[in-house]
Amino acid sequence: MRVEERVEQGGWLGESLPPFIGLHRCGTPDFRGRARLSAGAGLEYFLQQMINGLTLGSIYGLIAIGYTMVYGIIGMINFAHGEVYMIGSFIAVIAFTLLSAAGIAAVPLGIVAVLLAAVFFTAVYGWAIERVAYRPLRGAPKIAPLISAIGMSIFLQNYVQLAQGARVKPIPPVVRGSFELLHLDGFTVRLTFIQIFIILTTVVLMIGFTYLITRTSFGRQQRSCEQDRTMASLLGVNVDRTISATFVIGAALAAVAGVMVTMYYGVVDFYIGFLAGMKAFTAAVLGGIGSLPGAMLGGLLIGLIEALFSAYFSIEYKDVASFSILILVLMFMPSGLLGRPEIEKV
Amino acid sequence: MPMLELQGIHTYYGHVQALKGVDVTVEQGEIVTLIGANGAGKSTLLMTICGNPRATRGKIMFEGQDITRAPISTIVRQGVQQVPEGRRIFSRMTVLENLQMGATLGDPAHYKSDLDRMFGMFSILEKRQTQRAGTLSGGEQQMLAICRALMSRPRLLMLDEPSLGLAPLIVKQIFKTIQDLNRENGTTILLVEQNAFHALKVAHRAYVLQNGEIRLQGSGQELLSNPEVRALYLEGGHHAP
Ligand SMILES: Nc1ncnc2c1ncn2[C@@H]1O[C@H](COP(=O)(O)OP(=O)(O)OP(=O)(O)O)[C@@H](O)[C@H]1O
Ligand SMILES: [Mg+2]
Repeated sequence: MRVEERVEQGGWLGESLPPFIGLHRCGTPDFRGRARLSAGAGLEYFLQQMINGLTLGSIYGLIAIGYTMVYGIIGMINFAHGEVYMIGSFIAVIAFTLLSAAGIAAVPLGIVAVLLAAVFFTAVYGWAIERVAYRPLRGAPKIAPLISAIGMSIFLQNYVQLAQGARVKPIPPVVRGSFELLHLDGFTVRLTFIQIFIILTTVVLMIGFTYLITRTSFGRQQRSCEQDRTMASLLGVNVDRTISATFVIGAALAAVAGVMVTMYYGVVDFYIGFLAGMKAFTAAVLGGIGSLPGAMLGGLLIGLIEALFSAYFSIEYKDVASFSILILVLMFMPSGLLGRPEIEKV
Repeated sequence: MPMLELQGIHTYYGHVQALKGVDVTVEQGEIVTLIGANGAGKSTLLMTICGNPRATRGKIMFEGQDITRAPISTIVRQGVQQVPEGRRIFSRMTVLENLQMGATLGDPAHYKSDLDRMFGMFSILEKRQTQRAGTLSGGEQQMLAICRALMSRPRLLMLDEPSLGLAPLIVKQIFKTIQDLNRENGTTILLVEQNAFHALKVAHRAYVLQNGEIRLQGSGQELLSNPEVRALYLEGGHHAP
């Protein structure tokens, strides 16, 4: 279905916000501007930025896992992964719109339904992308799947733009309310319910995901394919299916991130995948591409850095912070914070 | 009907022809040894049997079934396992996880007893269970690679230079293991070796591969006393038992 477009909608998160569109225009929705700040509220202000950064970092971390897993198993950067996340957000908008049209008011049930729908359909996209764009190029020179990925990314952006229109898609607020943690000198540190939801969901998913990879037989097969695909196949591992499953899992996590971002910001457009994807990619590189704990840590750090940079330096230039980090890491620490040290007996 | 039969196998790497019409048969319950100089095509032969790379010409039969073009998964599911050249253990996984990977095609009901059997064979692996496999010594890695292949109870076990780089005592232990497997479990074995003396001694039959072609074949004893084999593969200090 095509989502209704409403231009006058500016978002519901706060009248003091600058007009924004999705993640790429505003990293910290609770940003209130330093103008209102009095001298005594320094700590409170900082705390607020940490909360915002943690929320943002959760989102980046979930997306970054998709980059790092795919890199681990087929050694390529899936540049279409940002678009997978964008599609997850769109499915969330569609599902929320459908639900509210159907008059379903039970919020927790509604959110679960939206999450399931987004995870399912986005996973199908993730699976299809691998089948269509990467599998036929397996064994080709490395540049070929990379170009294919960029093509896939452009295709998906245009496909969504055509199908859904170029304008910003808003949804009505799903979860309202917040805790006031601290109140000092006119500055209130707020932890919104939606932030709690995002952080908790991310923690649960990361624990579940870590268990899946480190403790289950699927996880072992996944790791064996990362290390030596030929040997894995000689032991009877279905390599194609394992690679497909990797894409499906990465897409599912990105879909959850997409749903949560949609609930957090209340708007999406077809372009959000690009910047969010680049940030998550930066997170994966910072953590050490190929390393799963690295992706989680990198996501968190990028979220925090972005929130603090927007708060203390310049919100307009917050993307510069992330991408400077990307360049610095690539130049001086290419294996990232938790990247594997390449000492192996042959 | 032989267990494994290769008829006129040709294998290429791009334009390099590694096998030029190789005929090899392995009967059920045999130990067959393949010897040959570096680059003769021994490893290629084992890998071709598993379908990676594929033979471009010729036919591979396993227990009466044509597996020349079968998917790798189908081939290994028939009970064909190999301990490949260079061991190829999963170095970032623990010893135990490597063994669990070996059991991928095995019957889960046998897992526990098979694991105990491996630990009984090489007790060091039990002590190193939770250690990353990459930190094992070369000999321990070789033991792990053999045990990993055995975890699925293969009916044809192919070993590519299992004694490479190992101390004489461990070499002895590994050859004894191979013979025990063959005698006690009836596992058929195709063994590639540079250590021709040992390999020919344990083999029922043997082939000499030269430049991608079978040069000689016969029983282990015949080849051991063949002057050409002695000159080319047994020169030097290999005679000491
Ligand atoms: N992946 C490859 N690409 C190109 N050529 C290869 C490849 N693998 C092997 N070859 C070539 O095929 C020939 C046979 O190689 P193979 O590894 O089968 O020899 P081998 O008998 O196992 O030797 P060694 O005793 O040294 O292990 C060699 O000439 C080798 O250079
Ligand atoms: Mg070899």
